[in-house]
Amino acid sequence: MRLGSGTFAACCVVIQVLGVALFLRGFFPAPIRSSSRTEHQAEPPAPEPSAGDRSNWTKLPPPLFRKVVIMLIDGLRDDFVFGCVWGVKFMPYTTYLVEKGASHSFVAEAKLPTVTMPRIKAMMTGSLPGFIDVVRNLNSPALVEDNVITQAKAAGKRIIFYGDETWVKLFPKHFVEYDGTTSFFVSDYTEVDNNVTRHLDKVLKRGDWDVLILHYLGLDHIGHVSGPSSPLIGHKLREMDSVLMKIHTSLLSEERDTLVPNLLVLCGDHGMSEAGGHGASSMEELNTALILISSAFERKPGDIRRPKHVQQTDLAATLAIGLGLPIPGNSVGSLLFPTVEGRPVREQLRFLHLNAVQLSKLLQENVPSYTKEPGFEQFKMSERLHGNWIRLYLEENNSEVLFNLGAKVRRQYLEALRTLSLSLSRQVAQYDIYSMLVGTVMVLEVLVLLLLSMPQALSNKAELEVPLWSPVFSLLFYLVFLVLSALHVIVCTSAESSCYFCGLSWLTAGGVMALISALLCAVVSALAKVFADGRLLRKNPAHPKARWSELDVLILLGTLGHVLSLGASSFIEEEHQTWYFLVNTLCLALCHELYKNCFLSDDCEPQPCSHVEQGLVSSEPALWDRNIHCNVSKPHRVSKSPTSLDTLRGYEKWMVLASPWVILTCCRLLRSLNQTGVQWAHRPDLGHWLTSSDHKAELSVLAALSLFVIFVLVQRRCSLTSKVAMALGLLGVYCYRAAIGNVLFPWQRDSKDISKPHNLPVLVLSLLIQTLMTKFIWKPLRHDAAEITIMHYWFGQAFFYFQGNSNNIATVDVSAGFVGLDTYMEVPAAFLTAFATFAGPVLWASHLVSFLSSETRRGPAAKRSLHRPEGLLTRWPCPVLSQEAPSGSTCGSALSHACFCYALTCSFPVSAYIILVTSLRHHLFIWSVFSPKLLYEGMHVLITAAICVFFTAMDQTNTKS
Amino acid sequence: MKDTDIKRLLYTHLLCIFSIILSIFIPSFFLENFSILETHLTWLCICSVFVTAVNLVLYLVVKPNASSKRSSLSYKVVRFLKCCIYFLMSCFFFHVIFVLYGAPLIELVLETFLFAVTLSTFTTVPCLCLLGPNIKAWLRVFSRNGVTSIWENSLQITTISSFIGTWLGAFPIPLDWERPWQVWPISCTL
Repeated sequence: MRLGSGTFAACCVVIQVLGVALFLRGFFPAPIRSSSRTEHQAEPPAPEPSAGDRSNWTKLPPPLFRKVVIMLIDGLRDDFVFGCVWGVKFMPYTTYLVEKGASHSFVAEAKLPTVTMPRIKAMMTGSLPGFIDVVRNLNSPALVEDNVITQAKAAGKRIIFYGDETWVKLFPKHFVEYDGTTSFFVSDYTEVDNNVTRHLDKVLKRGDWDVLILHYLGLDHIGHVSGPSSPLIGHKLREMDSVLMKIHTSLLSEERDTLVPNLLVLCGDHGMSEAGGHGASSMEELNTALILISSAFERKPGDIRRPKHVQQTDLAATLAIGLGLPIPGNSVGSLLFPTVEGRPVREQLRFLHLNAVQLSKLLQENVPSYTKEPGFEQFKMSERLHGNWIRLYLEENNSEVLFNLGAKVRRQYLEALRTLSLSLSRQVAQYDIYSMLVGTVMVLEVLVLLLLSMPQALSNKAELEVPLWSPVFSLLFYLVFLVLSALHVIVCTSAESSCYFCGLSWLTAGGVMALISALLCAVVSALAKVFADGRLLRKNPAHPKARWSELDVLILLGTLGHVLSLGASSFIEEEHQTWYFLVNTLCLALCHELYKNCFLSDDCEPQPCSHVEQGLVSSEPALWDRNIHCNVSKPHRVSKSPTSLDTLRGYEKWMVLASPWVILTCCRLLRSLNQTGVQWAHRPDLGHWLTSSDHKAELSVLAALSLFVIFVLVQRRCSLTSKVAMALGLLGVYCYRAAIGNVLFPWQRDSKDISKPHNLPVLVLSLLIQTLMTKFIWKPLRHDAAEITIMHYWFGQAFFYFQGNSNNIATVDVSAGFVGLDTYMEVPAAFLTAFATFAGPVLWASHLVSFLSSETRRGPAAKRSLHRPEGLLTRWPCPVLSQEAPSGSTCGSALSHACFCYALTCSFPVSAYIILVTSLRHHLFIWSVFSPKLLYEGMHVLITAAICVFFTAMDQTNTKS
Repeated sequence: MKDTDIKRLLYTHLLCIFSIILSIFIPSFFLENFSILETHLTWLCICSVFVTAVNLVLYLVVKPNASSKRSSLSYKVVRFLKCCIYFLMSCFFFHVIFVLYGAPLIELVLETFLFAVTLSTFTTVPCLCLLGPNIKAWLRVFSRNGVTSIWENSLQITTISSFIGTWLGAFPIPLDWERPWQVWPISCTL
């Protein structure tokens, strides 16, 4: 079967997308979800188990506490309260409560990412917000999952909130009264807390609320600014201590009247690292303090309670029980048993049963083989025992037996809860190695196939043979297919944990296996071919050794260096720096080459270049190898491009000389437009300056100017009607901007960028650079298709970062998905967002297409330069292929070369990165740094596939016409 | 002839390295609290001064190309002035390139400029010493196969390797190890 190399590359990339998707599915575990999350009201609470039918407890138990105050202190790590350095010294009242008062203290372990919003979600829903949730919930900031707050509101509780406005965003319309403070001004650590505390006196006096939530930000701000060892921490802790005392005394005095206990929860959302930040997974960041204070938790004197280690998610279940609400459906936490210890045994068992039922239901819905789980078996057993106990109890058998059985049931339940909760949370943290492996194998096979077929695909014909149907290969194919299927069956039947790939239907899995084996066969055949060619190559040693020019070396080294740099987390965070650096270097190298051409052509004019001319005329394209340039020296270039540099005189020559510098300056400007990355992201940049409200005039002028320049730059190629249409379109763009921003509303609505208007200059400069490059660099210098493709790829990547993107999910401009849409529609919004994010690479790729097709149309001279078989990547390979190729090739072959190169350059980093992530999956930063990058890479492959398909389509139409 | 040349070459390079090492150690006797990391600005100054001085002295002593036959005073002065101008120009040129590479435009101007000066002492000054203010000769040396003597060869190698060293030196900057030497120009200088 013969395929054009473009088609071949497109197929490869599409297969690669499949592989990457499979890998991603295995790498990002699906979040644990309960299917019945929306209709939780309709669902009756599980009745108490009983052996007979006389149990009358079918309703939810009444609330344990009348009022609940949650005092959340941002960044309250465990030793701020329990440690002797801070806690004892600065929080005397809290320490007193912890050591002697009616309280239970815990060290709650937060899960990654240790950032405020996921932590709030975890505490209120009891689920573990997986990484994929961040992506899924980009569209709506409000929390739709089942959670304690929503339940409380549904139950008619009045909730008051003061503090971080993240809560207000997460739970809009949930609070009867709220005052959100923004956490934007990190250097302010007094005002944010005063904003919360000032309401306190008034609210505590009033009795018209059931839940009060306070979120203090000051401590975290101090940590960010000056670290945990700063003296300010002590002051802040003392302040918090006094607030706690105030709340506690007020609650106590109220209890004296009503005689129903209240609950005061002091907790932290995440810890604080030694440097003062958070987000990663050091012990200091994970361990937070959690203290439950209530007069219900009486204790005998001398009863010393050490803070136990629990999970942060346990709080949700505990709060739900405490407030008499159903436990949130997705909660993986188990009830903090000490809180109900003071209740009668029957109630205790009831609470435990409710929690266990909820967890086992979650397990049933998420793990197909749930009956085999030890936790589930334990639960079933304890439920049976519980029934027995109830029977005994209802028979009013008040003996020792009842007590002992009760204790046993309780122990059983606690054990079951622990196991269930553990296996559920492990479900979230587990990698699905098998799916990952299958995905990786697919991606790698594609890469190897691409690499091996490179010499053939980049030859003049741009076609290659895929010998899939020969008998040997069909035999091999069936063999491999059988082996793989057997392997699949073995793996799937023996796997203990759930596995996505096993969950697929057998037909799909079989299809994937067939694909893998087919790829393997293709790889083997390509390998055999390469070996055969190599033997041929050795037979005729007359072939001169090829030498690479500096530019080729630079391009190869740059690609390799970029791939290597993906191994370090900070290089991923600052990947834009790598690209800027590479692009700058590329520009300088181009500049060097340009200057060499210009000046040396002047010098060497007298030398005759007959030899080269012969080479040009002679039919042997191997002579085009670059070593001839070197030996016969520079005039070669001149002869090669007789139309370009020699004829350029005066003004144009100056333009040529100046263009690299203009491009460099543009890059520098763009770079300062959007600061991205992590380390320097806080630096002020031009983008912020422009979007800030006092520079609206400048922004409008700039936008108008940019639109005008776009028009000027693009209009040269268009016909009159399209010119008019485009002018109208651009005018429309400006009006749109004006409508949403300049005139009517402020730029910032809901404190979220409606769009990035300051990114218009990026587009302009990109077009400018493209024009310059085309006119003054690529045309005169005559690079081959491979080099041009890689340069385009580099520029595309650099522009991806110039747009203000980074390898961080937070920089995705979601608002682009809402342009022109009234309501949220998933498909168009996702498409628009993807397009807006990857506009840079897409723009450059389309420019590549237009450049190459215009170049091929321009006549044989240009064609030859583009179709020279001595392309960058064919330099090492066999001359045999290039000799057999006819010199006048088809029109579209440059395009298919480009497509092939593009596919290769994209798939190389992706494959390398996938292997890297697999090996680094236990790295500290895997969730914070590597995973977002992985998502971006996956998306990039998808975009690349689309581009390659587009290339191929263009190629086909070109060949036809 | 060639052997003596190689020997002299070796000596000159040893002297250069020695001068760099000296520039690290000598100032600590005169200046208090001098260390490369903290007062890197002073060190950059001193280092470039040392290297320039050593290069000039070496040039005067060794005189690899005894080509200056016409040695009238005015010619020498003009030549010297030209050299100075070239040196300054190269400093500014490097500065511009650094800024284009992403060095901050306004803050840290002094650092950037001093770094440019240092780089040009390592690259431009030897070139000036050997080839004089003569663009043709420069182009000849730095284009392929244009080297005529072993001196020029060594010059080509040192210059290009110092450029590449600087280029590579920029890589560790984004790493967040938070070491003191990750401040802007230092790693590139090494």
